[in-house]
Amino acid sequence: MSLNSVGRPTRPAADAPAAGFASLSGGRGLLQDEALIFERDSWEGTGVDLPPPDAGAEDLAGLVRARPLSLPGLSEPETVRHYVRLSQKNHAIDLALYPLGSCTMKHNPRLNEKLARLPGFADLHPLAPVSAVQGALGLMDRLSHWLKTLTGMPAVALSPKAGAHGELCGLLAIRAAHAAAGQTQRRLVLTPTSAHGTNPATAAFVGYEVVEIGQTEDGRVDLADLAAKLSDEVAAIMVTNPNTCGLFERDILEISRLTHAAGAYFYCDGANFNAIVGRVRPGDLGVDAMHINLHKTFSTPHGGGGPGSGPVVLSEALAPFAPTPWVVHGPEGFQLLEETEAEAAQAFGRMTAFHGQMGMYVRAYAYMLSHGADGLRQAAEDAVLNANYIKARLSGVMSAAFPDGPCMHEALFDDRWLEGTGITTLDFAKAMIDEGFHPMTMYFPLVVHGAMLIEPTESEPLAELDRFCDALLGLAGAALAGETERFTAAPHLAPLRRLDETLAARKPRLTWRRTETGVAPAPLAAE
Amino acid sequence: MRYLPLDEADRRHMLSVIGAPDVDALFADVPAPARLSGPVDLPGYAGEIEVERELAGLAALNRPAGAGPFFCGAGAYRHHVPATVDHIIQRSEFLTSYTPYQPEIAQGTLQVLFEFQTQVAALTGMEVANASLYDGSTACAEAVMMSRRVTRRRKAVLSGGLHPHYATVTHTIATAEGMEITRRPAAVDAEADVLAAIDSDTACVVVQTPNVFGTVTDVTAIAEAAHAAGALLVVVTTEAVALGLLKSPGEMGADIAVAEGQSLGVGLNFGGPYVGLFACREKFVRQMPGRLCGETVDAEGRRGFVLTLSTREQHIRREKATSNICTNSGLCALAFSIHMTLLGGTGLRRLAEVNHGRARTLAGALAGLPGVEVLTPRFFNEVAIRVPGSAAALVEALAGEGILAGVPVSRLDPTAGMDDVLLLAATETTSAADIDALVAALSRRIR
Repeated sequence: MSLNSVGRPTRPAADAPAAGFASLSGGRGLLQDEALIFERDSWEGTGVDLPPPDAGAEDLAGLVRARPLSLPGLSEPETVRHYVRLSQKNHAIDLALYPLGSCTMKHNPRLNEKLARLPGFADLHPLAPVSAVQGALGLMDRLSHWLKTLTGMPAVALSPKAGAHGELCGLLAIRAAHAAAGQTQRRLVLTPTSAHGTNPATAAFVGYEVVEIGQTEDGRVDLADLAAKLSDEVAAIMVTNPNTCGLFERDILEISRLTHAAGAYFYCDGANFNAIVGRVRPGDLGVDAMHINLHKTFSTPHGGGGPGSGPVVLSEALAPFAPTPWVVHGPEGFQLLEETEAEAAQAFGRMTAFHGQMGMYVRAYAYMLSHGADGLRQAAEDAVLNANYIKARLSGVMSAAFPDGPCMHEALFDDRWLEGTGITTLDFAKAMIDEGFHPMTMYFPLVVHGAMLIEPTESEPLAELDRFCDALLGLAGAALAGETERFTAAPHLAPLRRLDETLAARKPRLTWRRTETGVAPAPLAAE
Repeated sequence: MRYLPLDEADRRHMLSVIGAPDVDALFADVPAPARLSGPVDLPGYAGEIEVERELAGLAALNRPAGAGPFFCGAGAYRHHVPATVDHIIQRSEFLTSYTPYQPEIAQGTLQVLFEFQTQVAALTGMEVANASLYDGSTACAEAVMMSRRVTRRRKAVLSGGLHPHYATVTHTIATAEGMEITRRPAAVDAEADVLAAIDSDTACVVVQTPNVFGTVTDVTAIAEAAHAAGALLVVVTTEAVALGLLKSPGEMGADIAVAEGQSLGVGLNFGGPYVGLFACREKFVRQMPGRLCGETVDAEGRRGFVLTLSTREQHIRREKATSNICTNSGLCALAFSIHMTLLGGTGLRRLAEVNHGRARTLAGALAGLPGVEVLTPRFFNEVAIRVPGSAAALVEALAGEGILAGVPVSRLDPTAGMDDVLLLAATETTSAADIDALVAALSRRIR
């Protein structure tokens, strides 16, 4: 029996309110209702104490704001409370399994956060003299060595800011290589229908025409279709491996052989590198360029949507075209090549101001050191083991999209098993929220109907995997037993119920606006 | 292997449930020639103590900004970040969540993004802002490509005051997309020079204020001239604190405003991660790149927020998307937003005034040095000075004395013909003693 602070035992009252009980304030126990910062009267306030200026701004007459900037300023306690209250409305990998397929939501070690905040990294200016940043360049050099060794590739461009930025970098290197070889007629990029949306978007962005490659019944690239579509007009193929169905491309060596025979380059989307790191080197598969999402495989935190980091490893043929800056070894330590000169004379340009995501390099390098070559290999094995375990446990009830053979780091199900229940993949995903889990990736890849892509990662202990599988099997049982409303009205227990995304798109309201009367605008209403 | 929860008994049990003899069987689809039989040639796993020792050793080889007098700027500024900011962004719920694809359990991130968008729109004087891009330079490139979608024209003209890295990034990315990029000659005070290159196929002109040489420009007349020629005006700001004091891009007629938001909440980080601010007129919203957060209601009519207008984006539109961007800079946007919430409009104005006042002190001290000429006619917190001889050599020499004296223009753009020009910034973190130390060292070095 638990005692409260004055020694009186508590026990539930016999007439405890039923479910559906509503509070008077909008708060819900620990979960606070939190207004926007603009909806309180703090327009003149500030939570920062600053000294008086040394001098006025009379020298800027005519250049300063006519009216002062109108933005609310909150005291420090109010600020802390605002963001802590908001934080409690988020799911997080630190809270429970976060099985977003293709996103690799794994544990983010706090050691890495600590190290990235060392003043020698965090308080370092990107244009400080090279003599003052030798440790930073040394770290970039060591990170490059690890990435090149793990991928079996001779070169790496570190600077791309995220995966899609890395794809752009890779395709620009490929385009520059073709241009240097006089192969300007190559205007096509081949990519499977199952590709991430960023692949065709990036190819189109660079001016290539996108041609889709067919898929076999077992979820792999259709070799015959690829061979038929390869020609001297093809600049590159973009293939994810393991692919977005969670399967290793068995014919990968033949895919790269055919591609190279046609004079095209093999761009590999490395989003799924976590499945094979330490067990397979993309360089041994004939890959010419591959981005590595440091925020996936090497565990830099996703932060609610970034920052990411997408270094691109490059083959011998593409290496000379890598963008600046380059870290090189000089007579007096590390040097930075920042212009298209010397070894970087053929660089295709620059992806970003400065040197890329240093804060992510530190975290990723610390992660690599912590795991070591053996630990990274073990991590890949555990990630694959965990996914296959989920696939095995759920397959009796849910329909695996590709039941034969093992999957890699993610298990793909379709919605055949929901047929006739009136419940969609979306409904099922929303019901997972009520069970305390983040939904899996849904409706992707596009090649599978009602896709449910589950990626547990190596971070999950067996007990959590079982808790997850039990919850999903429980839900599946409810779905098949006709408990439709559990799903179609889900989520019931989240901070908010299902949101009206159609309304948001039809009447975009992207910023808070003051009205004539100075009060908040009327709430949007569903029609 | 402290990050891996499974033990051998777990693995055996799981393999038996799967029906596989060993873990190698799960990798059976990998062609035999590509299978590695053992770990690659890299060190084995290491404990926290060893990892910390190696990283601390590397960090110790660097000279952080706080180690002594420091005057570097040129697109990355050292500002004081309140302790609250870093504490909050390390909360698990913000740090270890993904892009808010499931809004019912991501209202924390989404409300922050809605507030962030509102703050950015107010700062830039624009109607709408997105949920952030990678950084200022890539935001600049995205603005140029967006201007093509809006105007259906093919050319862009960049001012000679635009940060050279921004110009190079924009050139790299926008020419890949088929645009023709013209960059005007480097000039301390000639933003209006972009108008000389405008023609009937110009989608936009890009100007920067304060520009890379620190010069503040009222671009209102440039906006009018660009509009008269049917082109958009893109205004770039690399020092977001300046927006607290100076006329906003929107107030001066910008169609698209982009900025580097690193100054607020984010820190120097040797160049990244940073946060790109991107704002524009409401009528162009469907041509915007990047994530957008919008207001809506839930099934019970309660206000909530979602990612919206995703039909512009790569995961829906694929090869027809407005941009290939997926990940943005969410956690840096959060840091920016918290710092902005602490400051408020009042605090940011004060911070901007302190920066400007400190820069006036610096400029006054530099102007008093024989042989030094202050080139920037109207500045916010950064000035360009001409020194006798090579600015790069001077910076290197002063670094040897423990003074990081700024950024030589030749480091940013060796072709500018400004080898004797040095950029120096002052912020609220610059002390009077720092300025005294700089002036004393310079007067010894320059005769």
